[in-house]
Amino acid sequence: MSYLELLKLASPEIVIVITALVVLAIGLVTGHAKSSATISTAKPAHTVSHTSIATGICSVVAALGLAIAIGAILMLPQSTTLFGGMLVITPLTRLFKIICIALAFFTVLLITSQKPPPHLGEYLALVLFATVGLMLLVGSEELLMIFIGLELLGLSLYVMTAFDKTDVRSAEAGLKYLLFGSTSSAFTLFGISLIYGMSGTTGLAAISEKLATASVQPLLAVGIVMTLVGFAFKIAAAPFHLWAPDAYQGAPVPSAAFIASGSKVASFVVLGKIVLVGFAPMRGSADWHAMTAGWSPVLAALASLSILIGNMVALAQSNVRRLLAYSAVAHGGYTLIGLVAGGRDGFAAALFYTTIYAVTLVGAFGVVGLVRRKTGGDNFSDFSGLVSRSPLLAGCMAIFMLSLAGIPPLAGFFGKFYLFSTALHASANHGLLWLVALALFGSFISLYYYLLVLKAIFVNEPSLPAAQPFDRLTPDLVQRAAVAVLAAAVLFLGVMPDVLAARILAALP
Amino acid sequence: MLSSIAKQRAVWGAHAPLVLAMGPLPSRTFSATHDPHIRSLLTRRVLGEEPKRTREARALRRMIAWTIYITFGGAVLLLLLPRTFARWSALLTTIAGLILGLIALVRTPIADLAHFTTIVRAPWVPALGMNYHLAIDGVSLTMVLVTGISAVSTVLFSWDVEDRQNEFFFWLLLVVAGCYGVFLSADLFLFFAFYELVIVPKYFLIAVFGSTNKEYGAMKLTLYSFFGGIFVFIGVLIAYVTAGSLDLNQLSQFQFSPQLQSWAFPVLFLGFAVLAGIWPLHTWAPTGHVAAPTAGSMLLAGIVMKLGSYAGLRVAMNLFPQGFQMWSKWIAFLAVVGIVYAAAVALRQRDLKFVIGYSSVSHMGFVLLGLAAATALSVSGAVLQMFSHGVIAALLFAVAGRMIYPRTHTRELDALAGMNLSRALPFAAFTFVIAAAASMGIPGFSGFAAEITILIGAWKTYPLAVWITGAGMVLVAAFTLRALKQSFFGEAEAGVLVQEGHVALDPDWNEQQSITAAEKCGACLLMFATLAVGLYPKLLLDRIMPAVEAMRFLK
Repeated sequence: MSYLELLKLASPEIVIVITALVVLAIGLVTGHAKSSATISTAKPAHTVSHTSIATGICSVVAALGLAIAIGAILMLPQSTTLFGGMLVITPLTRLFKIICIALAFFTVLLITSQKPPPHLGEYLALVLFATVGLMLLVGSEELLMIFIGLELLGLSLYVMTAFDKTDVRSAEAGLKYLLFGSTSSAFTLFGISLIYGMSGTTGLAAISEKLATASVQPLLAVGIVMTLVGFAFKIAAAPFHLWAPDAYQGAPVPSAAFIASGSKVASFVVLGKIVLVGFAPMRGSADWHAMTAGWSPVLAALASLSILIGNMVALAQSNVRRLLAYSAVAHGGYTLIGLVAGGRDGFAAALFYTTIYAVTLVGAFGVVGLVRRKTGGDNFSDFSGLVSRSPLLAGCMAIFMLSLAGIPPLAGFFGKFYLFSTALHASANHGLLWLVALALFGSFISLYYYLLVLKAIFVNEPSLPAAQPFDRLTPDLVQRAAVAVLAAAVLFLGVMPDVLAARILAALP
Repeated sequence: MLSSIAKQRAVWGAHAPLVLAMGPLPSRTFSATHDPHIRSLLTRRVLGEEPKRTREARALRRMIAWTIYITFGGAVLLLLLPRTFARWSALLTTIAGLILGLIALVRTPIADLAHFTTIVRAPWVPALGMNYHLAIDGVSLTMVLVTGISAVSTVLFSWDVEDRQNEFFFWLLLVVAGCYGVFLSADLFLFFAFYELVIVPKYFLIAVFGSTNKEYGAMKLTLYSFFGGIFVFIGVLIAYVTAGSLDLNQLSQFQFSPQLQSWAFPVLFLGFAVLAGIWPLHTWAPTGHVAAPTAGSMLLAGIVMKLGSYAGLRVAMNLFPQGFQMWSKWIAFLAVVGIVYAAAVALRQRDLKFVIGYSSVSHMGFVLLGLAAATALSVSGAVLQMFSHGVIAALLFAVAGRMIYPRTHTRELDALAGMNLSRALPFAAFTFVIAAAASMGIPGFSGFAAEITILIGAWKTYPLAVWITGAGMVLVAAFTLRALKQSFFGEAEAGVLVQEGHVALDPDWNEQQSITAAEKCGACLLMFATLAVGLYPKLLLDRIMPAVEAMRFLK
């Protein structure tokens, strides 16, 4: 194993790191002089700052770097394993690295949808570092490496959440996210250390072999549960979701979009790998009549709690971002059902669902960002009458919300069908019907609050006194195009789900 | 899961070598080789002498699939077209759908409609066994026809919509397209997708364009539909996971265990019945109908409620025949209660639209009774009643919502009674008399043909239910006559103070307030349909009966 080969195999990550450094440098050179002067108001500034050229350069460089990274991934070999699983290249990791980069790409496009952050170069560099974290998470089958990926992702996200220095909410969100996140990291690390102590290895496949022969010991159970708790924080599954509403509401819009999309997809990929590969012998069963101890009843409990709490609390929200946060909790619960079902199909269904969910949420946050830029808020009242101000954004938001609610012909409908049919199929004698019925009941509740958002957009009269129509050719043309592309993707994946589903299924061994 | 599906495929595909050897076939369903009609087709293909007639029939059948594409295409087009073309493009789209349905009615040989014959079949998501699979038989053809008729008249009766016109017709066409899709789907997933697709456009139609208490009515209706949809979802999943197939023809050959059927049937049927307005889950219907714009109530009562009963027949009863037998008497009970209860409630309503809304529930009770009785005659009658009620309800709502309300600004029967509308709006009065007569079941109209078929068919199974229903029909006649008399033939009291804008005593009466040409066309279309089927029910019954007889639950 020469270093040259390592460089070649890690080229996508390296490209992104270099891009991040370049963007950082550009930001330092250009944006600094103006930065301190603009921090004055809590409301988004409507004036176009003259650093917008630097902003443009930074965004273009970042987007270019991400595009090159995708190209680099396409040139990687089909499958290789380095250092006992530290860096793994399989069709699955390739596919999901591409998906993560694409999500990061859209996040970059959305960045200027809010007021441009004063230190745009630094912000973009953080996004790129977080993306590297995602790629490490996705592309590793070794617990230590996974932990490093988690930390890189987490630390970048904490700063990204607290980035809006003019907004108290952003600081609060950042602090909450940091405290919860670091606690969860401690849990994960502790769990990993216990598992290492029991099995003597950190490679997932090796752990699985060791566990197959070992008897169930309390210490091992503690290790597994602790690891799961750590990841439950990451994916915001109830009852470990408390950071999510504040982070989604307070963070700058692109940060929230990134937390809800890229971070979630990568977490599900790695969680799936850990439980389905590493802990495979300790699966247990969550079937109604035959529940046995293992990780799957734990995940089933997390899933049902998330579905209930997420949907119930979302009913009471009047802020769109907070509503999206609670609905994210519920969607995390739906996705967990795929992992509870287990096996290749369950994993594929969970991955499909989390991917389309991520695409939908990036789009939804894009709309929120654009509305916020005009109206200065993201409560229901800020959305009222959006259809008359911007039919395009209203239509896109309708597509995103209805996809989340699971209405055909949008991607969410197929995703749910896929997930639930797999869950029913995986269990003998319809043993998981209880979980599926609960999830369906949850999605029934969810339709109500998604319709409330759409009601504000389509039915209510515009409440703003000075609701001037959105200009058609404003600098946010790129954002509008990005949102429209995402909406088209959600529609397309609903009509032709096979494009993605077959790819995921083929990528799984 | 996949491996087990593959295993079941292997079982299904016992005839596969034969089928594969023959290349592309009109239907590649392996189980379809049991089907005598398809088998005859197969043998002809093998011998290489497919007659011209068969080829033509296939081309014809393919054409009916275009109802879906045209309507969806029209809906998308509406988003792009400027406002001035909105009405006309919607009208042309719906007329095209109706014409396709009529061509299929006239040209398709009756023998071809006796089985659920494949129109289009293409793999969609092969990993999950989903196909884009459309099929048609006499029952679906009838439903496609009523969809076309209601759709055209609905557009004609929404000619006056001015505000956000494109959006209005977009949602309207989505509902229509979804209904066409449901009636033609032969794949359970496709079917379910179309079924759920209809829910949300209804919300926007009512919440944005409706009137009385519209947001409440819209939300209630949407949540009820979606609530039913959840039960349907569970039922669909159970059928899919157990049988390993989504093909309705294959599923209706599959033997589900009686234990499974005993609980899966009520779950599935209940889900559908919510949409069909079964008592006591009917309460969305009157509020929804009243809140909806005229076009919305016409579509809701005309076709959307039929989705539920059609789905109950096509999916629930066909898939779980034993479960159906276990529960049919309960369905009959609920149906009879619904007929009598809704008729009694309608007798006491003050708002004309509420009267018609409850009459819809009552008429749908007949459909459910016909289905529950499970004889070939009663089920055919139920299908005919779906057609008939689709037309009549649309006509009634059109008169109440479009002809009367915009001119009088009230729907209160007491207020209308003082206006003597029959003199001011003679055409509306004429239409309403026809609609009321059809609704009461006067011979010569489609309502009579359908209801008498149901009652004769149900006599063998549930004689008591027929007695009670017969009494219920008196109630139906009572509330219809009451509504008719009060709305159009009230005594015009001289000097009575009525609110502004009313018709009879209005000194500013002008030409604009008379019935428009669009309204006349729409009303004539609907009246013609109810009369044609009433005078010559054989036209549809000949096509419905064989299709119903081929269904499994009768055997």
